[in-house]
Amino acid sequence: MGTAIGLDLREPWIGHEAVDGFFDWLRSVDERFSTYRDDSLVSQLRRGEIASLIADPDLTDVLELCEEVRLASDGIFDVWAHQPDAFDPSGLVKGWSIDRGADILRAAGARNFCVNAGGDVLAIGQAQPGVAWRVGIRHPVEADKLAAVVAASDLAVATSGAYERGRHIVNSLDEAAPQQLLSATVAGPSLTFADAYATAVFAMGERGVDWLRRLDCYSGYVVTAQQRAIWTDPFDVILQGLS
Amino acid sequence: MPSRGTIVFVITAVALVLILNFKTPDPTKPQTGAVALATPGGPRGTQPSPSASPIFGGGDVSPVTGPSPTSPPSSSGSGLKPGQYTGQDIQTRFGDIQVRVTVSGGHISDVQALQLPFDRQRSQEISDYVRQPLHDEVLQAQSAQVDTISGATYTSDAYTQSTQSALDQARR
Repeated sequence: MGTAIGLDLREPWIGHEAVDGFFDWLRSVDERFSTYRDDSLVSQLRRGEIASLIADPDLTDVLELCEEVRLASDGIFDVWAHQPDAFDPSGLVKGWSIDRGADILRAAGARNFCVNAGGDVLAIGQAQPGVAWRVGIRHPVEADKLAAVVAASDLAVATSGAYERGRHIVNSLDEAAPQQLLSATVAGPSLTFADAYATAVFAMGERGVDWLRRLDCYSGYVVTAQQRAIWTDPFDVILQGLS
Repeated sequence: MPSRGTIVFVITAVALVLILNFKTPDPTKPQTGAVALATPGGPRGTQPSPSASPIFGGGDVSPVTGPSPTSPPSSSGSGLKPGQYTGQDIQTRFGDIQVRVTVSGGHISDVQALQLPFDRQRSQEISDYVRQPLHDEVLQAQSAQVDTISGATYTSDAYTQSTQSALDQARR
């Protein structure tokens, strides 16, 4: 299943070269990190072809981040889970590629833009002068409604849920845990971590909320199976009225 | 917030591209990922309309392999006839999505979004003002005007559907 990536750039003077550079970068990531392409670095790594590691500094970058997130999530977020040949960094690569892509846009002078990668959002600057980006959080049951709205400026907002395509998040340590939440949203400075943490919180279930409280710089909003919304204290700062 | 009508604030580029296999791997699909290029339909940076300039790449359309500037298109027959194909208008909760696919050399060379959600004119009505109470509450379903939505992947699915319908035409 593909992921649509949308870029909303609010500065007319940013040339299309920068936008092309952004999407060229994403295509390059897809080619190298796809789990479906036999010639991708990920596939090579699964086959134990270690040479691919040395050849691509981005791969070592991703692997280091995977390990960082694994440690931070008490082992919940583990790209090497289950079997040695099941290496799947997809859950981290998407956020990472957007964070890095944003650097390309920044380097070209872009200061106000918003990227939505399959429901994970990186909002940089403002939607208009003096007004932060308004990022809706999808209601996990009523797909045409929002659970909440946050004001995001230089903020990543990622949501994990089971409402589409079935449950694809597995907690190998506690199989019942992912069924405790309908969705988990994490906000913070980096989409790489916000996305990975949202996945981890969702997998942890209700105890994920307490785990989030220990994190610096990241806050969370979860919807429980009983349809209660629970959010950590810092998240309250960005929650908006809905008008 | 000023009324939306006053916002001529320019959206230089709303560009969309499909990237395969991030986060939601579907092991039942034995395909290799297809990434079609997001090739601009025209010069960007000059179009104030969010629906005029968007570009979009299609994927999930095995066996089509998307071309890229650095990799020559494979010679395997995709069965796609050259031409432009307009996909179905797929309705989503936040607006319609429709794409036009350009096929050349047996491959998708361009996918342009003809309609996108979040069009300012078609944005949802501003509804009642509801302030979220603190920290723990019964979830409510809300409507509100927003720039984007976290957790909403069905729009991606709509792009895929519209792209697929265009490709079905190309295969005829």
